[in-house]
Amino acid sequence: MSHDVKRKEIEITKDLTIPKLWLEAAKKYGDQKVAMREKEFGIWVPITWKQYHEYVKKIALGMVSLGLERNDKVAMIGDNRPEALWAEMAAMCVGGVGVWLFQDSLIDEVKYIIDHSDAKLMVGEGQEEADKYLMIKDQCPKLKKMLWDDPKGMRGYDDPTLVSIKEVMRLGEELDQKEPGLFEDLISKGKAEDVCLLFYTSGTTALPKGALLTHYNMLTMGLNLMRVDPYFETDDFVSYLPYAWIGEQMMSISCGIQAGFTLNFPEEPETAQENIREIGPHVMFAPPRVYEQMVRNVQVKYLDASWSKRKAYELAMKIGYHVAELEFTKKPVPFYWKGLYYLSYLGVHKKLKDHLGLSRIRDTYTGGAAMGPDHFRFFHALGVNLKQIYGQTEIAGISVLHRDGDIKFDTVGVPIPETEVKITPDGEIISKSPSVFLGYYKMPEETAKTLKDGWLHSGDTGFIDAEGHLVVFDRTKDVMILSDGTKFAPQYLETRLKFSPYIREVWAIGDKKPYVTIVICIDYAVVGNWAEARNIVYSSYPELSQIPQIYELIQKEIVKMNRDLPPVARVKKFVNLYKEFDADDDELTRTRKLRRAFVEERYKDIVNGLYSDVSTVHMDTNITYEDGRVIHIKTDMKVMEVPQ
Amino acid sequence: MAVTSEVQLKVENIHMAFGGVQALMGVSFEVKKGEIFSIIGPNGAGKTVLLNCINGLYTPQKGSIAFDGKDISSLKPYQRAERGISRTFQKLELFKGATVLDNIRLGRHIHLKSGLLSSALYFGKTAREEIEHRDFIEREIIDLLEIEHMRHKVVGMLPYGLQKRVELARALALNPKIILLDEPLAGLNLEEVEDMARFILDINEEERWQTTCVLVEHDMGVVMDISHRVIALNFGEKIADGTPPEVQKNPHVIKAYLGEAEDLYVTRR
Repeated sequence: MSHDVKRKEIEITKDLTIPKLWLEAAKKYGDQKVAMREKEFGIWVPITWKQYHEYVKKIALGMVSLGLERNDKVAMIGDNRPEALWAEMAAMCVGGVGVWLFQDSLIDEVKYIIDHSDAKLMVGEGQEEADKYLMIKDQCPKLKKMLWDDPKGMRGYDDPTLVSIKEVMRLGEELDQKEPGLFEDLISKGKAEDVCLLFYTSGTTALPKGALLTHYNMLTMGLNLMRVDPYFETDDFVSYLPYAWIGEQMMSISCGIQAGFTLNFPEEPETAQENIREIGPHVMFAPPRVYEQMVRNVQVKYLDASWSKRKAYELAMKIGYHVAELEFTKKPVPFYWKGLYYLSYLGVHKKLKDHLGLSRIRDTYTGGAAMGPDHFRFFHALGVNLKQIYGQTEIAGISVLHRDGDIKFDTVGVPIPETEVKITPDGEIISKSPSVFLGYYKMPEETAKTLKDGWLHSGDTGFIDAEGHLVVFDRTKDVMILSDGTKFAPQYLETRLKFSPYIREVWAIGDKKPYVTIVICIDYAVVGNWAEARNIVYSSYPELSQIPQIYELIQKEIVKMNRDLPPVARVKKFVNLYKEFDADDDELTRTRKLRRAFVEERYKDIVNGLYSDVSTVHMDTNITYEDGRVIHIKTDMKVMEVPQ
Repeated sequence: MAVTSEVQLKVENIHMAFGGVQALMGVSFEVKKGEIFSIIGPNGAGKTVLLNCINGLYTPQKGSIAFDGKDISSLKPYQRAERGISRTFQKLELFKGATVLDNIRLGRHIHLKSGLLSSALYFGKTAREEIEHRDFIEREIIDLLEIEHMRHKVVGMLPYGLQKRVELARALALNPKIILLDEPLAGLNLEEVEDMARFILDINEEERWQTTCVLVEHDMGVVMDISHRVIALNFGEKIADGTPPEVQKNPHVIKAYLGEAEDLYVTRR
């Protein structure tokens, strides 16, 4: 497909808002273009821009009928689905502010954010969200109503403050008949500097903070990103990552409306990978864990494959890695390597890319956390144009990006247009752009700490290399001082180890300690298969994690990694944790970043065990389930040394 | 669904013996339309035998079974299925080599009107019919039981808990008036038990289904929680019949259970 026609860039004025741009697009495309698709009952159901426009209009006016006024907050929770996007757009159309919650948030988090954000309406999917709403509504006096769209399981609910989306649309229609033109009127009142999103960041240390983002912030971010990588209205994008993650807002809302590409919603979260394959998106942005999972899937299939298939894969990957290496180092690729590469594409890469849903991919990004160099190499060996995005919620998601043909897997790229990035004398990364947020909602002190003279202070340590690429070392407070005084980024160790299919999560310890140690969370499915294939019996994760053979398996992986490390940074001891790190236990943020300070406190017995002369550590703790149940756990874990 | 006063299934004085073993000795009960009706009892009490008699796998030596006011005692199992009696099995009876969708489709077979020839050629009415049935399966069953992610997976490769769901899906494909569930919760973990209990309630209460459920189950927590009425069997005889609290208090039931390894029957919650 060619894109000879240069995409017309929008002009961002003081009056431009997301709804205004959206309305323009809806008028332009009408019923001629599919705005979104949702897989429902096994079939991809298209929704045209005309329908999209109608639904949003009805919901927006319905929200007005329910009492929503300008600057009122609308909290949204639930899986990605068209109704969620309609509700967000509807709220913005009437001058409301969208607040997103993670679908799997525990009740305390939901309550905190709803209460802190002063949300008036809550939009949920169905029964699960309705239960959460009913639990908190008495404690959040500003919250008036909840809107829901999935009738499944809702038959027994008769609380009058629960309103179905159908009813909201009916109210909207009524209001439209009474006051025709009101909807367009409300949209036209919007200004670029109005707040459109109140975005709660997943604090690795403290309570979530609500970042205030304006229409101007969101639109300039999208514009500047697309100045680097243009997207086209013929593109497909699959929306399946939480809307409470800024990256998904960036693609679905900001870029989606500017470029007019088609959004696709998977049938269920469990079917996302399969649905991505069916769609074959052109653009994709996901946190590293999604790519890590893809690599793991391939590695596991490889382990199970027949001899001939394994050999074909090994050969094709060898060629792929070589060519990718030449490209990384910007050396010309000789024609015979090109020929070999093409053959391996035909034989292996093509099929593999198809299975991963990457056969039509043009631009794919990772961001939100660090990704290991091995993962990066893997995708480039397959010919997938994977690039790093760096940014914070506070800068609408993106400030730095790799450029095509200038990709270095140890950097995050160079700033996007209209963006400046500097390093403070202390080594902190700071940035400035039109997309920098207004401040934190109701937290002036935090705002003053983060925003100084228009410069956004990231809390990350890094430097700019000779070619102008930004290198992110780690979160400043996470940087370790090793026994010989060198600074070391724990995430480097962690991301390296995560390339092993057997390892899901890693926590590296070693700050001001005599040596480096790690805590491993094995991958239950992969290690479980490995064990079954060897007739090793186990009944649960805790049991499997403590089996001696599994310890040896993990030990081998660590020895492999240790070889590439300077002696002082090599891992000396490790423990297989009896459970996986879980956001429900506060060990990870909702975007799956390790909350170091928290795990250090929680697992201090393990840390002590790793730095004393014992062969087992005892653990006595509670596990919280998603529905709030707490289970008490007592267990012993072995400490294993790694031969140096 | 509101429980009605209309008797849907009437079992009268059933006697069933295998050689010298008396499995059922004069069991009688009535299931009302819209009920969740549970049959409990220690191992070997005759619960599964009773279900087998109702759906026609066994022919009792004595007694009669009436469904919707008509005697069905002499009907073959498939004829009973045509009248709207569907069931699941304690030990799964799925086609392990076929996909989930194909297994469910088989449950729908009874409703296919096309002949052999037009089915082989697959055109016009037959194609339309096929699409209609697929639509039913997608909308009413796959969505209800949340098995979208595995419709094309081979059943034998699925974990046990999901296979149980497929078994239920196939029974639902019949679009039954009454569904007999033989230990739907056995072997499931806590989360799966909660899901399955929710599905049973959905099948019973959702406007679309409103299906009467006859449940044989050992998980007392769930049985007492969701049933409208419970009967208890012991050594082939009915020892209690009533609402869950009544049956729980019944001294015969307590005695029958206390004679057994007690912890086998305690609830998982």
